[in-house]
Amino acid sequence: MLTAVVRGLGAATRRFLVETGAMWALVMVSLDRMFLGPLRGERMRLGATIAQAARAGAGSLPLVALISFLVGVILALQSLFQLQKLGAQSLVADLVAIAVTREMAPLLTAIIVAGRYGSSIAAEIGTMKVSQEVDALTVMGVDPYAFLVVPRLIALLIALPGLVIFADVMGILGGMTAVLLVLNQSGGAFLSDAAAALELRDIYVGLVKSVAFGGIIGLVGCRLGLAVGGGADEVGRATTSAVVRSIVLIIVIDLLVTAVFYVQG
Amino acid sequence: MSRAENTGRVLVRAQGLHKQMGGRTVLAGLDLEVRAGETMVILGPSGCGKSTLLRCLAGLERPDRGRVFLAGVDLCAASSRQVRAARRHLGMAFQGGALFGSLTLAENVELPLVEFSRLPASTRRILARIKLGMVGLEEAMDQLPSEISGGMRKRAALARALALDPEILMFDEPSAGLDPITAAGLDQLLLALKALNPVAMVVVTHEMESAFVIADRMVLMHEGKFLVSGTPAQVRASDHPMVRRFLDRRPPETLEGAHGLRRFFAEST
Repeated sequence: MLTAVVRGLGAATRRFLVETGAMWALVMVSLDRMFLGPLRGERMRLGATIAQAARAGAGSLPLVALISFLVGVILALQSLFQLQKLGAQSLVADLVAIAVTREMAPLLTAIIVAGRYGSSIAAEIGTMKVSQEVDALTVMGVDPYAFLVVPRLIALLIALPGLVIFADVMGILGGMTAVLLVLNQSGGAFLSDAAAALELRDIYVGLVKSVAFGGIIGLVGCRLGLAVGGGADEVGRATTSAVVRSIVLIIVIDLLVTAVFYVQG
Repeated sequence: MSRAENTGRVLVRAQGLHKQMGGRTVLAGLDLEVRAGETMVILGPSGCGKSTLLRCLAGLERPDRGRVFLAGVDLCAASSRQVRAARRHLGMAFQGGALFGSLTLAENVELPLVEFSRLPASTRRILARIKLGMVGLEEAMDQLPSEISGGMRKRAALARALALDPEILMFDEPSAGLDPITAAGLDQLLLALKALNPVAMVVVTHEMESAFVIADRMVLMHEGKFLVSGTPAQVRASDHPMVRRFLDRRPPETLEGAHGLRRFFAEST
């Protein structure tokens, strides 16, 4: 009984270390191809990067807009009923603005993109592995990291902050709409309260987070896609774990970044 | 270099290849040499390790022991840059085609040109048309791989492998999964290609008829070893029992006479 537990723990630890090592190796290769590749005179894949950014960014825009607007409404309603007890309704705008920009917009956007785009990266690259397309690239002398990983990674590093700025705006508009309907307060007053409460720092903390989240989604999706060895069932599994693993890592990193920024003051 | 000088250069060489996979010996000390202008067929039943051998020759898999030289470059010792340079001399057609699904046939053929030449788009398109014309797919050049048949996909893969006029051509199971007429057509295509250009060809197959049509030399592989190697005539004349079994299409003992099946019916009735 005990030996089984210890053995299971050992196996899990080993898997964890192997995965961590593989992710680290992918980070190193990607950084090399991204920054040192162009210095070596390797091709920059601008067209592919733009196409991927459109898929990751523009493709997720409607969903990000809808969800951040609704979450803005929810946040405003929840805080309104609590703050009313203290007679502090006027703080709703501050709360919504800060919660959205610092936390909700980056987190929700990252989760949406992990579900929509991160999963599709894993499925696409995994299928290419199964059908030997990645081998075909290698045999042609085309580096699969430069060809497949880097455009997707750069696309995410650009698209996520863009989406988050958009989600910030939609979330605050959602909060404004809620207050408008419940309190009959003017929209202008809400927005000027929100603007007064926001510091530049709130926005850039959110953007720093979103860049980190974009990196996680891209690396996890590519790693799991490239790790596919067998057949169609493995592609399915890679797709699922790309989403699950991205979301877990996003929340862990979110916690770390938040802790660091609040300790700093 | 004149054609006479060009033929006979060793372009693919494997020395003492060993490979274990999942505790099983897949390659058990293989030596192989393929010269320019020569077609080497690696023949064998499924699971004998012939695809792994081909992957080692192309540098997609590393042997545990032994060395592989591709166009004179030691794939196991060279830098990744040198390996990539050596691969410019290699064209490879995979079993299922491995065409890029989001690109049309023409774009698939153009991809190596986009990567490794500075040709303008119009010239690339003309070259793609020529290469696809060589395999009889000029009409289908703007179709996606999903819109064409399996045999057409194999031919398109061949056209892509030819895009950079390689000196070495590797082909994994050209006739697997094709009807006999299409398969025979592909054999003729490979022969025509060789007549056109003195390339070194390595073809992996389990189809005997096809092997004897296209081979200059052939090896018969079984459980990671070469049972015989030589010209098609030499292989045909071999009296090695496994070779005879393979050439005469006799089933292995475990299945022979469907013994188990007969016993099963005897017991159940």
